[in-house]
Formats: sequence, structure tokens, C-alpha cells
Amino acid sequence: MAELTYRDAVARGIAQEMSRDPDVVFLGEDIAKPGGAFKASVGLLDQFGPLRVRDTPISEQAILGAAMGAAMTGLKPIAEIMFSDFLAVCFDYFANEFSKSRYMTNGQVKCPLVVRTGNGAGSRFGAQHSQSVENWVMMIPGLKVVAPSSPADVVGLLAAAVRDPDPVVFFEHKSLYPTKGEVPDGEIIDKLGTAKILRPGKDATILALALMVPRAMAAADKLRQEHGIDCEVVDVRSLVPIDTQTILGSVSRTHRLFTVEENPRLCGWGAELVSIAAEELFYDLDGPPIRITTPHIPLPSAANLEDQVLPTVDRIVATVHRSLNS
Amino acid sequence: MGSQTSRAESGAAAVVGEKVDSQLALRIFRLLVEIREAEQRAYDLFLQNLVKGTSHLSLGQEAVAAGCAAAMRPGDLSFCTYRGHAHTLARGVPVEKVLGELMGRDNGLMRGKGGSMHLTSVEHGVMGSYAIIGAHLPIACGAAWRAQYKGQSDVSVCFFGDGTTNIGAFHEALNFAAIWKLPVVFVCENNLYMEYTPIADMTAVKDPAAGRASAYGLEPIIVDGQDADAVYRVAKKAFDKARSGGGPSLIECLTYRYSGHSRADPAKYRPEGELERWKQRDPIKIYRARLLDSGVAESVIAQIETDVKQKLDKATEACKAAGPPADDLIWTDVYADGGWAWRN
Amino acid sequence: MDVLMPQLGETVDEGKVLVWYKKVGDQVEPGENLFEIETEKVSMEVPSTVAGTLQEIRVQVDETAPVGAVVAVIAEKGAQPAASAPAPTTEETPTSQAAAQRAAAPSASPAPAVASPAYVARKQEPFKEVFTPERNYGPAKVGGVETTPYARRLASEQGVNLSSLRGSGPNGRIVAKDIEAQRGKAAQSQIKALYEAGTYTEQPVDAMRRAIARRLTESKQTIPHFYLTIDLDVDALLAVREGRNSALPSQATAKLSVNDLIIKAWGMALHAVPRANAVWAEDSILQFNRSDVGVAIAVDGGLVTPVVRSADTKSVWDISRDVKDFAARARGKKLKAGDLQGGVSAISNLGMYGVREFSAIINPPQSTVLAVGAVQRRPVEKTDGGVRFATLMTVTLSCDHRVVDGALGAELLAALRDIVQQRAETLG
Repeated sequence: MAELTYRDAVARGIAQEMSRDPDVVFLGEDIAKPGGAFKASVGLLDQFGPLRVRDTPISEQAILGAAMGAAMTGLKPIAEIMFSDFLAVCFDYFANEFSKSRYMTNGQVKCPLVVRTGNGAGSRFGAQHSQSVENWVMMIPGLKVVAPSSPADVVGLLAAAVRDPDPVVFFEHKSLYPTKGEVPDGEIIDKLGTAKILRPGKDATILALALMVPRAMAAADKLRQEHGIDCEVVDVRSLVPIDTQTILGSVSRTHRLFTVEENPRLCGWGAELVSIAAEELFYDLDGPPIRITTPHIPLPSAANLEDQVLPTVDRIVATVHRSLNS
Repeated sequence: MGSQTSRAESGAAAVVGEKVDSQLALRIFRLLVEIREAEQRAYDLFLQNLVKGTSHLSLGQEAVAAGCAAAMRPGDLSFCTYRGHAHTLARGVPVEKVLGELMGRDNGLMRGKGGSMHLTSVEHGVMGSYAIIGAHLPIACGAAWRAQYKGQSDVSVCFFGDGTTNIGAFHEALNFAAIWKLPVVFVCENNLYMEYTPIADMTAVKDPAAGRASAYGLEPIIVDGQDADAVYRVAKKAFDKARSGGGPSLIECLTYRYSGHSRADPAKYRPEGELERWKQRDPIKIYRARLLDSGVAESVIAQIETDVKQKLDKATEACKAAGPPADDLIWTDVYADGGWAWRN
Repeated sequence: MDVLMPQLGETVDEGKVLVWYKKVGDQVEPGENLFEIETEKVSMEVPSTVAGTLQEIRVQVDETAPVGAVVAVIAEKGAQPAASAPAPTTEETPTSQAAAQRAAAPSASPAPAVASPAYVARKQEPFKEVFTPERNYGPAKVGGVETTPYARRLASEQGVNLSSLRGSGPNGRIVAKDIEAQRGKAAQSQIKALYEAGTYTEQPVDAMRRAIARRLTESKQTIPHFYLTIDLDVDALLAVREGRNSALPSQATAKLSVNDLIIKAWGMALHAVPRANAVWAEDSILQFNRSDVGVAIAVDGGLVTPVVRSADTKSVWDISRDVKDFAARARGKKLKAGDLQGGVSAISNLGMYGVREFSAIINPPQSTVLAVGAVQRRPVEKTDGGVRFATLMTVTLSCDHRVVDGALGAELLAALRDIVQQRAETLG
């Protein structure tokens, strides 16, 4: 067991997979010599050499297109898009190319690639470098989407993503890079499509993702101590495939559902989960399902403004308490 | 536009080099005829409402596909656009499968799941037809990167139109291929029109592809796209260069499409007489004459033409008789496990 | 199976029964009409969907019920007679037209709670990626009162009449806990209905009483109890007590009781039979290295069982002091949660009331409880065939069969007897 930062866990996960399989290659902007804009790939160039760890020009379309071509013909590429906001720059590959080519070609073409990207706010980068955009790719059929919240999950889910024969979009949270966690020694492989109940409880289910997970956990502690409300916190982890067994299983036991989403209000990942629960578990709900999100605005840059708009522990506590107690 | 045709006519693009061997020449001729017949057949079937949706035909552009295909080895990979029937047939994909896909039948190349714009046959090295302009240029780079990484000797050949030279992915891919010295060859089929607009009006330089080559440290290469042998020679040289580690090439083929951009387009934007002038430089007409000149018997040529026609007729009948794709194909191959599950 | 009031139109939320085509006891076949209903605009015949016997009619002719209410019950062919609610008593049937019109399906007595099966996700199907519930449970708003979907389902499953409820949710919305409370009330009202009004006064139930009710019901339902009884000859024990107390200064109030000595003896006996000094922990048995013994203390309105720690090694004087302290604090309601937690066994002594013999209920998570009766003089046979009087005390051990089998329980009692009858002077 070792304590690792989330960013070191990224390098560890990539290294684990590249050591195992010579077909795993890694490309992106400033990932090799500089060790990554967020220092998440330090040491990989030294360990695997310039043929396997390659810096690219600022050419997001070329990065993803090349990853796709390499994946189609036998390699297992990991491509980095530095800021998830830049998914918009190369969106064609997510929306039209590697998500659909297996289907359109009747199974002839495969795209076993991973796109890693730095997602989320909290680092004062401003509106174009702070978005939470998991929903941009969750909505496209043919992809898999994961967003780990802890260093151990980073390693395990990255390994699972690399080994998965489908295209996987791997959202790392920029503000989680410096956070630390226990990571077991040795090879770690997790499973895509699995959520985790981090805190069992009986009064309400709180679903959270990435940076919102520690906030949901802190809120659950406060709700217990200050209001005697016992919440079950579920780290959703995987948006596609969705672990409905765990998530809906939880709601069927607590009868109340809350989501904590860093994305802006409209069409966030929680909207879909609430919709599924509202239909499938309608007669298990003892109150309206409630989404706690960032407002539907571009993100401000100043620290005090940015801190207010994302769901805070206090906002989560107040919302759950008000809803359960009215 | 006039200057384009006269440059092609004057053979300014012809590469002085080896004579194309007679067996290969017959093969090229057969490819030209098969492509022509198949595209003509697709046209007719569209009018009979048996080919639905849209179709982008290569009538008049056969020599680029045939010449390049002849220069490719088995194992080489080709990537083309939605105007890809010619490139698919040129690599040996059976015409019945191509027509079947256009007609949305169960015997189609992708059993009706992809349609005309996405013809793919991994078995033949046809690594997809791409409908988003420019998307496949970086993809071809990736396939070439794999060859380079694994020390394999195949070349990736990427076909696209003149309009593609103005989209971002073209520039990203050219730069990328150049700096990594990838074994990829980019072939631009300049048929003078980017959809419905003359390319000259839309491009800052005279030659949409060759005029950009130097921006990426590449040689400008222009070839008469109606002369399959000229195309063959230029292509072979570029493929050999890529295969031997010499990096990418960008080839501009001057050609012309007889039909509109797509089936829906009657191409009324063409100036008077332009189509007739280009028909004088019809690729099949040129090649036929050259075969006869080099001593091939008329009967041999006619036999090829008859064979192809019969093949097309047989294929058409087979496609008409084939049923529609099975309903359960709706749910297959979204993911690698063959299914479509997004939840447990 | 329950026959429900169907929804005869999109905005309709109740229906009135016009005609019954069948009567209770009739056989019904699928497709045969059972009854006819009428809403504001239309009327409709309602057929049976199953074969069986019409077991019960709950909504009579000219009565109205909300959509989704149980109108009748059919005992399906081959199935056991429906386990759901038996017919309500006459007190419950609305007697006035007005009441009937207010949409009352007569309140059923509470069915045993239909435990909802745990959620099981299903594989998505073509055009069915999310599964809509198979049935609905009536409209969201009846008579101006909102009900949450879960509460509606509970009400239907448990036979609770929504129109009789006041909701505790926002805007007077009926929520799940209102249904659960109503179940309890319904049970209460069922029982009260069995007695003549005026023959009783209703005493409120406090938290302690509720806790006792809950815990001991659970104990009896989940722990497999069995009982072993022996008689102890307590002459030696009484002599030891007399001796210890007489050695105290005369003003001393801290005198030993017989029970103090029994607690010590019991602690030592448990310690001497380690396999009985243990409790059931679902996947394992916890075997203790000391013996904590609970002592039942009667308080006003109930009973508490604080735990004397280390009864096996503690001196009888300390045990006595502990018990007196517990009793004082119990009467003053000053016991803490920690005082009542844990323990491997307990002792309940009703001897001071003259009870000769009784069996007690085990306090979970403990594995045994020793019920101690009164000290009595009883005739016993002498070795030479004559009769003499002995000083006897009957004790009954209740055992949790998951941990303590018959032989082990007997061994434990034998250890107690040995200490009390042969080694009483070691109780120090």
C-alpha cells in the first residue's frame, strides 16, 4: 500500500499498462519531455522511450484521428486532450468517427483507444478551461465514459479502460490532481460500468462524480451530525455503461434521490439518472428527485466567484435537509 | 478552368518513366471499365428508386482510383471519402457487395448498416469511406504511425477531394505526417468543384493541394488524373518513397466528374461546354486507345467489356433478389461485445 | 389476487360500482364480468383476468372507490386463499352515503407488510431501455390530498385507506412514514374494535415500553429459545451471605443480597464453561475472556437490564455496589446507553415476589438468561428413604440454541450448582 497523489496515479496507471503490452502507446501535447501540463505523465518518456511516448503539435484533430487510425490497425493508443474543454475542437472524432465506425462497418472496424482529458473547475482557469463536459460524450452512442474520484480508482479504471476493446473517454479532474489516497501495491485492474457505495445509509441516496464525491461525503457527515439524516453516498464513477443495479438499488432502499453535479444545470449526467429513476422507480420515490448542480452560466474566473457556483458542502447539506424535512 | 484542362491535356503532369507492363495494363483497364459500369449502374438503380438516400458517383474519375490501386500492394491500406465506390471496387471488393450496400440489402458490404458513404472492407484494406470532410486524413496518419511503430512495410493511401484542402484536419494531418515522417500518401482528386462551387473561388492558391505542399515541406506533385498510367507512375513513386522511410507525399490529380456532386445534383453550375471538353479526355477512351496502340487485340478488350457487363448484370440481379437486412442488425456491434448495452 | 378499480379515463380518479354480477363464493373465469362501474361520463364492465373464487367484495353497489383501490379479492384456482387482509368488521364500513361518496374503500385490517423485493436491474431490451413500472397505484391527488408514489404503493400493498390520512409531508402531502404510522394505528384500531368502548382507558406508550415491545418481540422471533431448569440447594449460599453481612459494622447499609452472590456465582460459572460464555455474531461466535452479566431491574413502568462488567472476577462487594448504583440510576432515569450495552448473559430474579419458577426472554445480543425463583423450603427424599426439608431455589436457564446446545446449557447449570452448593465460600 502506498499513498499517491491522483496525478501520480495517472502516470502509474499508464506505466502499468504500457509495461504489460507493447502495443500501448501514448500521444498528446507536452506529455513526453515536459511530463504533461499537469505533470500527470512525469517519467513515462524515460521509462518507455520516444517511440512510445510522443509529443504532438497543437492539433487535437490529428491527435484523435491518429489515435483512431492506430487503434484500427493494431495499436492500443492513449491520447491526451489537455483540457476537456478542447473536446469541442476535435469533437468530430467523438461524435462521428470512433464512436460509430464499428456499427457502420458491421463490426469490421475496432477502436480500442482511450482518450484521457483534464476536466472540471476549481483551479481558477476561467470559463474555457474549467468545464465539466462528461455529458458531451455520455450522449453519443458507442463510447464508454468514466470519471474516477480517487487515486486508486484512477489506476484501476485507467487499466480497465486501456484493456477495454471499445473507445473509452477517461475524465481526470484537474482539481483532484494534488489530492492523495491509498493505492495498493502491484497490478490494479478495476471494472468499467461499476459504481461504488462509499457510505451506506438509509434516508437518502446521494449520487456524485469526481470532485463532487468528497463534497458529498463531507455533506453526508454533516447531515448525520447536525440533522440526524443518514445518507447513502454513491460514487457513480462510470457514466457509460451506467451501473443501474447499484444506483437504482440504492434509491429503491432509501426512497429519496439527490445528485451532485459539477456541470451546469441543463442536460447534466444527473438529469439522465434522475429520469431513469423517475421512470423505473417511480413507486419507490417518497419525494421528488433533486439535482444539485452548478448554475447554467459560464464559469467565472475569480476565486470567490468560482467557489460559490460549484455545489458546496453547505449547499448540499441545506438542500438535502430542506427536502427531507419540509 | 480552361487552363486546368489544357494542362492535363498537354500531359504536363506525365511522369517520364517505366512503361506499364501489359498484364498490369489489362488489369488497370478492367478496373476502369468495372468502375464505370458499376457507377453507371448505380445511377440507373437510383432512377429506379432501388438505390435510396444519396450516392456520390465517380463517373469520369475512374483513372485516379484504378491507377493508385494498381500501384498498391496487398496489405496497403486505403482511406477515401463518401465518393468512395470507385476506390472500394478498385481494391477488389466484389461489385455485388458494393451494389448491395447501396441498395440497402442484406448481401451488402456492411449488410446495410453503413450505406453508400461508409463503404469499408477491412479484408481488402479498404479502411473506410468517410463522410465528414477531412476526418480521415489524420486517421490515415494513425494507421501509418502504426506501420512505422511496428516496423511494418504497408503504406496508407488517403483519397480526398479539392474541397478538403481548405478544412482544418487537412492541415493538421499534413503537418503531423511530415514531422513524424509517416508512410502515408495523400491523393487529392481535384475535380474542379467543391460541392457546388468552383474550387478556384474558394482557395487562396492556384493548386488546392500542390499549392500547399511546400507549407509542409513536401514537393508539389500534379498529375493528369485522366491518364491511369500517369497516375500509376506517380503513385508508385510516392508509395515506394513512403515504404522506404522517406515520409509522406501529397499528389494532386487533375480530374473531372461527369455527374453532379451527388445524385441530387444536376450540376447546372457548370459552364457551357466544360463537360463535353472533359469527355474528350475520358479515361477509358484514353486507355482503350493506348491498349490498341500497344498491340492488344480489339477482341481481348471487347471481352473484358463484356465480362464486366455480365458481372454487373449478375450482381444487380443478385442484389434485387436479396432480402432486406435482418431487424436484429439494429442492435448489433455498437460495442465490441456485439451488443448495445449502456446499463446493467 | 386483488381486483382494482380501473382508470376509466385520463382525468378520472374514482369510480362508482353500479352492479355486481357475481357474489362472494362464486366461481369466476377469465373474461367473465365481475361488476360494472361508472364515472362522470361513461360506464364499463370489468371482467376477471383470472380463474378462481370471488372471495371478498370490498366496494358494494352504489359505493365509490378511488382508482387503484382494491374492489374485490379473488382466490385464484390452485393458489392459497388470498393472504391479504381479511374482511373489515362492521365498525369500519362507512354507514353514511356521504362517507361512501368521499371515496372510501372500507379500511382493511393491516396486511402483513408486503416486503418489496430488492431492486434487480434488468438487461435492456430493444425499444425498452428503461423499464416502466408494470402497474400504477392510483392518482397522485385524491380529494385534494397529494401522495408520494412510494406512499401510494405502500398504501395499496398494506391495505391502508389514503383518504383517512393526514399527510406529514410538504403541503400536507402523504409520505411513506404516514402509511407506516397508519398501519400501526390500524392495528390499534382493530384491537380496540374487539372491546366494548367504555370498558377501558387508553394508556400512552412511552419510549421504554416501545423499546421493550420491539426488542423482546424480535428476540422471541429470531432467537431459537429452549429452557433448562434445576433446583439449587442454597443453605450454604445463605450461610455465606449471613456470614459476610454480619462481619460488617452494624450501621453499614451496603449489605449483600442473595442476588449479588448469584451474580458472582453466575459469572464464575460462565467463566468455567467458555463455550457458553459466548454470543452469536451471524458469521461467527464471539467467545469472551471475561463474563459481563446483565441484571434485570424493575423500574416504574418497565424493566431495564444494565450490565455488570467482569462478574467473574469482580468482588461480590463491588457487584453489590454496582447493582445498587444501577437501581438508583434506573429509577432516576439516569442510566447511559453504555450501561445497557453488550453482556453475554443476564439474570432475572422474581424470587422476592414469591415466584417459584419462570422462564425469561433472552436480551439480544446475549445468548442466555437465568431466571431465578424464590427461596423455598420444600420436602425432599432423604438417602434413607425418609423426608426432610431443604432450602431450595429453582432456576431456569433460557438458551440461544445457535450458540448453546442442550448439553452445553446443562454443563453451565451444573457449574453454577457446583459453585453454589459446593464452593459457596469462594464467592468473594
